[in-house]
Amino acid sequence: MQDNIRGRAYVLGDDVDTDQIIPAHYLTYNPAIPEERRMFGVYALSGVPAARAGLPEGRRPFVPEGGEPGEYRIVVGGRNFGCGSSREHAPLALDEAGVEAVIAESYARIFFRNSVNGGYLIPFETPTRLVGEIRTGDDVELDVREHRLTNHTTGRRYELSPLGDILPILEAGDIFAYARAAGTLK
Amino acid sequence: MAMTMTEKILARAANRDAVRAGENVWVDVDVLLTHDVCGPGTIGVFYENFGRDAKVWDPDKVVIIPDHYIFTADAKARRNVDILREFVAEQGIRHYYDPGTERYKGVCHVALPEEGHARPGEVLFGTDSHTCTAGAFGEFATGIGNTEAGFVLGAGKLWVKVPETMRFLFEGEMPPYLMAKDLILHIIGDIGVDGATYRAMEFAGQGVHALNIEERMTLCNMGVEAGGKNGIIAPDSVTLDAVQARTDKPFTVVRNDPGATFHSERVYDLARLEPTVAKPHSPDNRAAARELRDVKLDRAYIGSCTGGKITDFLAAARVLKGRRTAIDTFIVPATTRVLGALHTERVGGETLAEIFRAAGCQIGQASCAACLGGPEDTFGRLNEPLRCISTTNRNFPGRMGHKEGEVFLASPLTAAASAVTGRITDPREVL
Ligand code: SF4
Repeated sequence: MQDNIRGRAYVLGDDVDTDQIIPAHYLTYNPAIPEERRMFGVYALSGVPAARAGLPEGRRPFVPEGGEPGEYRIVVGGRNFGCGSSREHAPLALDEAGVEAVIAESYARIFFRNSVNGGYLIPFETPTRLVGEIRTGDDVELDVREHRLTNHTTGRRYELSPLGDILPILEAGDIFAYARAAGTLK
Repeated sequence: MAMTMTEKILARAANRDAVRAGENVWVDVDVLLTHDVCGPGTIGVFYENFGRDAKVWDPDKVVIIPDHYIFTADAKARRNVDILREFVAEQGIRHYYDPGTERYKGVCHVALPEEGHARPGEVLFGTDSHTCTAGAFGEFATGIGNTEAGFVLGAGKLWVKVPETMRFLFEGEMPPYLMAKDLILHIIGDIGVDGATYRAMEFAGQGVHALNIEERMTLCNMGVEAGGKNGIIAPDSVTLDAVQARTDKPFTVVRNDPGATFHSERVYDLARLEPTVAKPHSPDNRAAARELRDVKLDRAYIGSCTGGKITDFLAAARVLKGRRTAIDTFIVPATTRVLGALHTERVGGETLAEIFRAAGCQIGQASCAACLGGPEDTFGRLNEPLRCISTTNRNFPGRMGHKEGEVFLASPLTAAASAVTGRITDPREVL
């Protein structure tokens, strides 16, 4: 787990479901095959309706048509981020696209678990709404240990919720490493 | 210590006398379910972490039911089923239902109990969010990801946070124009798509225990649309009859202790509820069907793990008998058993299949079909920005195929009534 993450923010709204994160017709790619796994990054967030893609303006595709993923490192969302199907392809797609952390007001539980247990990204919860505060493209920095977000574009700082129970799994890397270290898995 | 049903099931699975909501515990898994979309990834994770020669923890506890991308020419979709085939052969997994053979079933959440794999008191994890459907059988059932499922394949256990329980009580008698789908859409409208996040949803009361097992499955199925971790209904004679008809495996019936602590309790009077619809693009965007009578439709879709069971088609047939549909109407049985029932179940002397054909409906093969869009050649898929009334469970943008498509979620009765008029219609208008 990195202690510090700095990069551009990509901002979405409430109830971003897993079909928006990675549409169902890409699910036939097998993440166990490296060339196919890469495709999840290429199509990450391609299901977000144009008007809601990259707030506040919208119409800023996460991965430009024909372009390469990797411009954004932190995704900011509203409530119920990652709702819908259980597909682990969702946090995997964000990870493949270069995202290291998501900051949302709340998460759907399967997305949250998948992010942590699969070691894809850090799902931070924020007690205050950051959609509207942070703009797509802002230069933001996360202090993971201190659960603090700094927006260098505006100079503002925000306190996020502590990671709590999931911190040991994030530190270990994923559920396998965690269970091995804890002796649950031999 | 007095515990809820969910706490008791998890305590047993954790080999503990008691657990309390909020605790994280490792539980032993009774059944792991996977399908063609998440199975290949799960298998990849399993081999990567346990070694290429690893064996699953218990081949009898793994159930693999391909259902999502079956009747498609898509090469990758077919390749994924081949991966499952190879895996079950290598691992000696018997509970596998192979497409293209007699054993093929269809939608996993409906096939799982048909084949006797849903049993009271057990812990079921599945790589699909609607795994919560099996809570109708009085067990703890919830969806997980591929990595977690890969972990379970090797270890036979998984950590869970014990959820608090929200109770939903339905009182009175179910009127003939309502179905379980209306009840759950009503709840989701009340509490919102994140209203039950991390919690168990228990459905109880006289109204719930008067429902057959399929209708109970519909209630638990959509718990996840309110963010619920699991849905659960206390076993009664209806449950036990359904389970014992399908398996001889022993199981333990678990119910709430008197004095158990609940997060909250809501009471509904069935006489006051109305046929309910969720408007685009969220399952909590609730309206009464009669308020939407001016909404013109292009298509009706009756199918999925939520609305493609025998009870659902019997209800639709009650409306469609002797009538013609005004819009394209797709009938998609969840499983091959349901498909068979379309030819044996009758309403007023005619089989359901006869009624649907005479009404001008198209009948598809047993599978998930267009419930989640899928490859372009999927039966019933919205390949254009159409407006569709559907008995499925999700209406997020793009869910049934086209990003600009509009999906209205409703009961099979409301969907059938709307198919007849071509606009959203309260079934009381036509029944
Ligand atoms: S029918 Fe729809 S909701 Fe049910 S398992 Fe298939 S895709 Fe998922």
